[in-house]
Amino acid sequence: MSATKERRPAVDGWFTAADGTARLLGTRCTSCGTPYFPRNELACRNPRCAGPKDGSELAEYAFSPRGRVWSYADARYKPPPPYVSPDPFVPYTVAAVELDEERLVVLGQVVPGVGVADLEVGMAVELTEGVLYADDEAEYTVWMWRPVG
Amino acid sequence: MNRDIAVLGAGMHPWGKWGRNFVEYGLAAARAALADAGLSWPDVQYVAGADTIRNGYPGFIAGATFAQALGWSGARVSSSYAACASGAQAIGNARAQILAGLCDVALVVGADAAPKGFFKPVGGDRPDDPDWLRFRLLGATNPIYFALYARRRMAIHGATLDDFAAVKVKNARHGLANPNARYRKKVTAEDVAASAVVADPLRLLDICATSDGGAALVLSSVEFARAHGVADPVRISGLSTATPTFPKTVLDLPDFATDSAMTVPPPDLAFRPAIAAAAYEEAGIGPEDLSLAEVYDLSTALELDWYEDIGLCEEGGAEALLRSGATALGGRVPVNPSGGLASFGEAIPAQAIAQVCELTWQLRGRAEGRQVEGARAGIAVNQGLFGHGSAVVTVR
Ligand SMILES: [Zn+2]
Repeated sequence: MSATKERRPAVDGWFTAADGTARLLGTRCTSCGTPYFPRNELACRNPRCAGPKDGSELAEYAFSPRGRVWSYADARYKPPPPYVSPDPFVPYTVAAVELDEERLVVLGQVVPGVGVADLEVGMAVELTEGVLYADDEAEYTVWMWRPVG
Repeated sequence: MNRDIAVLGAGMHPWGKWGRNFVEYGLAAARAALADAGLSWPDVQYVAGADTIRNGYPGFIAGATFAQALGWSGARVSSSYAACASGAQAIGNARAQILAGLCDVALVVGADAAPKGFFKPVGGDRPDDPDWLRFRLLGATNPIYFALYARRRMAIHGATLDDFAAVKVKNARHGLANPNARYRKKVTAEDVAASAVVADPLRLLDICATSDGGAALVLSSVEFARAHGVADPVRISGLSTATPTFPKTVLDLPDFATDSAMTVPPPDLAFRPAIAAAAYEEAGIGPEDLSLAEVYDLSTALELDWYEDIGLCEEGGAEALLRSGATALGGRVPVNPSGGLASFGEAIPAQAIAQVCELTWQLRGRAEGRQVEGARAGIAVNQGLFGHGSAVVTVR
């Protein structure tokens, strides 16, 4: 069963759960301090940043895993591909979360079993890793939000 | 320096789900606009097409596609894509040509044949494309984003499901008499409440459909209009397609995340208010001068956001404004007298042009069955993916 399946990230380099704590991975400007998710490797996008803006100013950065719910919604109907949906479709919940430290709002699915009735704007949540979809070979994982505590 | 241009003609192909080629809709709209202007196609020196990305190569070069369909005439051409603001960008191109004195008469055309159901990314595996990835990694359809904004409004400003339903009921009533609207049917609050939840808190009747349709404008210099016998034309006096200012702290389609406000404070004006402010500034008028507004009601809840973004009320005041009746026909400043997207559904490249068609008819006093009494000034606004948006101010 699924326990024997390999787990693979559904996307490379966007998050890690390696040390037991899930974190979003991005980049941060070493000149002005602006963090970016998804990762920005081209050039710092702060127009007033005095960095070289050739990408050399952007360093690997792991985001803080906590934030507050900015808003939330759910999907009651199967979305079109490239979403990989189980058959039959299973509704899912999405939250937009403002990270306490980096002050940006990041979207993510909410862990299965937590629905819109369980969420509130302003609620504290933390990042975790969850299974987005599976095939015969592997389970593919993505970052997800879950209520703290 | 006066930078007004004249709207000489407006024309549309009715919105619907006709199942025909988009060129046919654009052609019909162009012919209607030319007839309305009292001009013929060879009089047009510049044609600006608004592109559709879901109809193959002819859609990517819409200006030339329509020029060929009308019969090659040697007119100069442009084609633009700016998501939902494509039509406004085409109007902007034509305006620039006219104001630069490079042409007197321009034709702007946009048309679309839309797929059924959710908008989905264009085909193929594109793991570098955020529009592909948001579906793949999040299942973040357009209604999910609309629902996030709606829920946020409920939590922060006290909007209710009844308010959202009231927007739909109002716009459906406005659209009843509009011959170009796709849905011309009375909708009650009970109808909205009985429709299926698509993305909580939004129901099917809160979310705009995707439609086929076409819209066109004949634009000219004010001098040409006067020489052509139109002494007091409807004029476009402001048009903005402003991009956001860093850091953009409001989540937009198809973003995974906003910019960070950690190192640079957010701008005084958020993206949508900034789009409108730039057009007001060009036009030299403000929201207090408006007779009406056409706003992009992709969802019922978004219409409320727009009230604040275009300055009809303070932030947090939209629910009270709606409940007062001010934004219904007969009120102080009717919003979406055309029926809005609620009555039309979205035909992306045609929509911003259709909004200006409605402003034109309203300012001429010819919006039969939905006329805003004594209309003198109007604004049309929209927002699309990837930092696109537009505002067009028309006056008479
Ligand atoms: Zn920087």
